[in-house]
Amino acid sequence: MSAVLLEARGIGKRFGGVQALKDVSLTIKSGEIYGLIGPNGAGKTTLFNVFTGLYPRDDGEVLFGGSPLHLESPHEVAAAGIARTFQNIRLFGNMTARENVMVGRHVRTRAGVVGAMLRTRAERTEETAIRRRADELLHYVGIADRADDLARHLSYGDQRRLEIARALATEPKLLALDEPAAGMNATETAGLRDLIEGLRRDGLTVLLIEHDVKLVLGLCDRVAVLDYGQKIAEDVPEAVRANPKVIEAYLGTSAH
Amino acid sequence: MGMLKDMGHREKIGLALIAVALMALPFVLASAGTAWVRIMNFAVLFVLLSLGLNIVVGFAGLLDLGYVAFYAVGAYVYALLASPHFGLHLPFWVILPIGAAVACVAGVILGAPTLRLRGDYLAIVTLGFGEIVRIFMNNLSNPINITNGPKGINRIDSFQIGPVNFAGSDTLAGLVFSGPIKYYYFLMLVLLAVIVINRRLQDSRIGRAWVAIREDEVAAKASGINTRNIKLLAFAMGASFGGIAGGMFAAMQTFVSPESFVLNESIMILAMVVLGGMGNIWGVIAGAVLLSFVPELLRYTVEPVQMALFGKMLVDPEVLRMLVFGLALVLTMRFRPAGLWPETRHRRELSENRA
Repeated sequence: MSAVLLEARGIGKRFGGVQALKDVSLTIKSGEIYGLIGPNGAGKTTLFNVFTGLYPRDDGEVLFGGSPLHLESPHEVAAAGIARTFQNIRLFGNMTARENVMVGRHVRTRAGVVGAMLRTRAERTEETAIRRRADELLHYVGIADRADDLARHLSYGDQRRLEIARALATEPKLLALDEPAAGMNATETAGLRDLIEGLRRDGLTVLLIEHDVKLVLGLCDRVAVLDYGQKIAEDVPEAVRANPKVIEAYLGTSAH
Repeated sequence: MGMLKDMGHREKIGLALIAVALMALPFVLASAGTAWVRIMNFAVLFVLLSLGLNIVVGFAGLLDLGYVAFYAVGAYVYALLASPHFGLHLPFWVILPIGAAVACVAGVILGAPTLRLRGDYLAIVTLGFGEIVRIFMNNLSNPINITNGPKGINRIDSFQIGPVNFAGSDTLAGLVFSGPIKYYYFLMLVLLAVIVINRRLQDSRIGRAWVAIREDEVAAKASGINTRNIKLLAFAMGASFGGIAGGMFAAMQTFVSPESFVLNESIMILAMVVLGGMGNIWGVIAGAVLLSFVPELLRYTVEPVQMALFGKMLVDPEVLRMLVFGLALVLTMRFRPAGLWPETRHRRELSENRA
């Protein structure tokens, strides 16, 4: 397949005496949907938080597009091209759906205080572009009709979509979705699946944490399995499904 | 101005009527006594302060209990650069920007160590900062006399525009423009500018980033907002407004001392923002005007009313003032927790909770 987009080498993370991640290495290739699965507490979200700069890591490094990623500040990670959603949706509740997406444009725009105070031509042009892009993205994820509603008033499924739209607004190369199907009903999950496949068609690389094994195995090009903070498998879905270690750690207990 | 274009015919007429009323107001007040013009001027000064604090508290959601420090910095910058104390007499249009800039730096200095703090902890640290500034002003008279200590600085220059000095009266077209009336018009111009700037900031990339931080700081970070810089910007912008208000205060009073910048003032300004409606510019203005005027009204009415009813003074107006003030806050928090005139988002939130 194509070039490597993200390469993590020997990532380690401790919380006090708990080794949440130990020597985790993985590679995500451009244009693929990469799944990350594992039992509860295996360290999936921790790894996510390390990749997106929310947790400082203890060991290892991450190369993104060939150059080391500065993991100390989340906004720099976003600027480098990694956008994320949260397991427990984190929207700006008292802002409208459109404003939420407009916030996502922040990192790709530059108007400052002076421009805003003077309403310079450059500032107005930029604002118009931000708004147009936000509306396009709301349309893309299928909630254009909710643009003027407060984020907190959207349905659960729509909030998930809005979070994805906000993440897309940062123009990511890699979109990291933390359990996007959690709490969704079958229809909403099917809709989400279409949305993620659409993202892949549009050339985006997706990193997906998911509990819904069927969704992951059906959607992903490759899957890594974490157990007790360590990677126990990384392969195409069929091979992962057949891997005895994985069955023992994960599928064995949850499937049957 | 884009605001005007979006307005209907009626709104334009309404706006024009308000403008005419505001132009005529000082003369109406002056007929009741120049003191009322002064009271009005201080109300406008507090509106400026509240709008500045609204950026920090209302937009960015950072609870600042030491806001009066920036007011003090602006006032002292003016006092030092336009009084016999150092023998400097710079014109006001030079000093006000300097005051804003110095206050802005002070805002960043306060903001920097508080970046990781939220809520109660932030409130305590900012409260401390406000007190530190006041105590500095009190003690910077030794070994080099900079602030003249608790005695304060007096004989501060009034504004001077060409031949017009704001200390005295001028007569133009049969109208007597007393000093306070001239300050009133100047304050109105500054207020207009501050309102326009506030509104523009609110609807800008930076304004959205402030609100995003208020709503969810982690999500704001992950969405690519440099929360450190954007928070510092909120402190800096709010402080600059405070600095300008402080400079005008010094010129209007012609006297400053540390006593004017006590914690109570910070709390008062915060109360104006909260009572009026955090985040909403018009609500904040209403809150500031209300809390500035009601105590003064009491001061002037309580005494005659008591004398007429009982023939003697039973309650001191000052006592009553704090009582009414406290009651107003308690009632507001009970019945309109988002303020008298909340930001649209908060209002929607509130009505939904009631339903």
